Amino acid sequence: MSNLLFKITLLCYLAAASGYLIHIASGRCAAEKVGRWLMRGGFVLHCATLALRFFEAGHTPVANLHESLSFFAWCITGIFLLFDLRYGLAVLGAFLSPLALLLMVVGNAVPRQVAQLNPMLDSWWFPIHVSLAFLGNAVFAVAFIAGVMYLLQERMLKSKRLSALFFRLPSLDTLDTLNYRCLTWGFPLMTMGIISGAAWAHAAWGSYWRWDPKETWALISWFVYAALLHGRLAIGWRGRRAALLAIIGFLCLLFTFLGVNLLLSGLHSYESLSGR
Amino acid sequence: MQIVAVGLNHKSAPVAIREQIAFAPERQEEALRQLVAAPEILEGLLLSTCNRVELYACSHDGTAAASRLKSFLAEFHGLSEDTLTAHLYEFRAEQAIRHLFRVAASLDSMVIGEPQILGQLKEAFSVAEGCGSVGLILTRLLHKTFSVAKRVRSETAIACQAVSISYSAVELARKIFGSLQDRSVMIIGAGEMCELAARHLVNHQTAGLLVANRTFERALQLAKQFGGRAVPFSDFPDYLPQADIVLASTAATGYLLTRSQVEKVIRRRKNRPMFFIDIAVPRNIEPAVNQVDNAYLYDIDDLQNVIDANVKERRKAADKAETIIDQEIGRFQRWLSDLELTPTIRDLQQQLEGVRLRELDKTFAQLQSLGPEERQAIEACTGAIIKKILHRPIAVLKERRHDMTGEQYLDAVRILFGLDGETEDEDQG
Repeated sequence: MSNLLFKITLLCYLAAASGYLIHIASGRCAAEKVGRWLMRGGFVLHCATLALRFFEAGHTPVANLHESLSFFAWCITGIFLLFDLRYGLAVLGAFLSPLALLLMVVGNAVPRQVAQLNPMLDSWWFPIHVSLAFLGNAVFAVAFIAGVMYLLQERMLKSKRLSALFFRLPSLDTLDTLNYRCLTWGFPLMTMGIISGAAWAHAAWGSYWRWDPKETWALISWFVYAALLHGRLAIGWRGRRAALLAIIGFLCLLFTFLGVNLLLSGLHSYESLSGR
Repeated sequence: MQIVAVGLNHKSAPVAIREQIAFAPERQEEALRQLVAAPEILEGLLLSTCNRVELYACSHDGTAAASRLKSFLAEFHGLSEDTLTAHLYEFRAEQAIRHLFRVAASLDSMVIGEPQILGQLKEAFSVAEGCGSVGLILTRLLHKTFSVAKRVRSETAIACQAVSISYSAVELARKIFGSLQDRSVMIIGAGEMCELAARHLVNHQTAGLLVANRTFERALQLAKQFGGRAVPFSDFPDYLPQADIVLASTAATGYLLTRSQVEKVIRRRKNRPMFFIDIAVPRNIEPAVNQVDNAYLYDIDDLQNVIDANVKERRKAADKAETIIDQEIGRFQRWLSDLELTPTIRDLQQQLEGVRLRELDKTFAQLQSLGPEERQAIEACTGAIIKKILHRPIAVLKERRHDMTGEQYLDAVRILFGLDGETEDEDQG
């Protein structure tokens, strides 16, 4: 049942992404409206998918790659809809909805059997840690997209070749402000995610920090964002540099999330999570 | 019923002709009264701007109305009709409606998408309304026209990109700074171009204006005009860190601002972006300034390129607008044909019913011997004949009312059955 819902959600996101892309390519406002409602509908379905999965598995559905991808896509969509509601930046949708869609497509392709959670790890720390970590990641995904848009827009302004895209992208100032806002939201979330992870590790394994690859990469990403935040507040970094750092930071996060699991082995691998 | 348009514009007539037949605002009412006094003209509208003079009318006879409009234009301004005719265009029915829609949507303007024309058309309509020269049809047409123009404006990009130097500078500034509120502007030089651009920027509620000019008095004057502050020309670099937008247009040869200066300024501004607009020839600002992070420099050619690109975009939008206009013409024509169809059918029925009653009276007068039942039978029979005869013509009229031939059928019916009262006399005789 949750599989079926997952597939419908995926289709919804696909349609939403098409709507947003049609809008940015042709400037049709109707397409954007349709995209927004599909995205909202998809999000509601996604909530239902996750809830069902939660009851089927008996634990927070972030215990294997399929579930994590789905959960991450859910966080990104949720954060995007929140930002859209709060700041009205629908153009973000043209970049964020394909990202969420991509995660869903990959999530659709990987095995999706419900994993048995290692009883040692099954505590309240699990949902707290993964929620904080993924919400932080999702906010940084918005910062990443804002960064990409900033670089595009800045390039067009500097090269003086103004395409139709130029008129549909927000102003540099808007994008830079968005970068800062994401940072002020994402950084605390990420920090709390790491702290709650350490607390969970202490409860499960008896030590706070074990330099496992995931922990190391999370720390690296944290330092990138810490540098960006410091640079913004103290040195007056902004614009291109801030956009670049937001992009680098998100790539580190992506590696922390996917690369570490797929390429390196450690305590955070889904195998060890499920106790196999 | 036909809509007829006669007029000339910047494409069809040189300014020497246009200025001769432009209607001064105070004479427009008089002209409209004269116009609708003509028997061919049922309703009239007059649009007179510096780029076009056009007369719109509604008439039963398109050909007669068109020639009346032409002779009216010539007579009113005391010109010979021959010299004028070469510059005049004439549109009828669908073409006239299309022309009006295109004018209102600014597709026929010198600068496609310029917004003034719609206001001018609204003004022309209110003058016509004021002197009662427009009736049901033109009123409806004009309301439709305004809504078409609005639709074109909101559904296409026809008006959203700047096509003048100062507008495009403002537009670029908004893509850098978002809102221009609370941004401050520095003007170096106080020439005409600067004044124009400054006016556009100040219209966006910028926070402060600094003016630097070689003659300090002129700087003071301009600063006063826009509520800004004049600074000594030699000191202007010291004030640069306060300025978000810098506009340079002096006659200086050699650069007033170099890359290294701007680098320092940006550093002092903690990387807050700056937008330099250099509309001077020779240029006042070193081109390499554009390579400084968070500094954007546009010279006059760059702005011109932006404008050219925008004009191209507007043309593309114009194609979309034509499609919208096509749709709306269809809708208006349906309304117009329905408007004529109903009275025509009613006239037709009344006409034949009249004939029937008259002939029945004559017959009954001669055949006194008929009993009431027979009379009733004859009445029913003649009534049925009329109905049967009318069945097909009415069906055809209804069928054809929405296509091009509909109007011809309507006219034909009116003539064939004498609905406009010409055959009445013969019938009596």
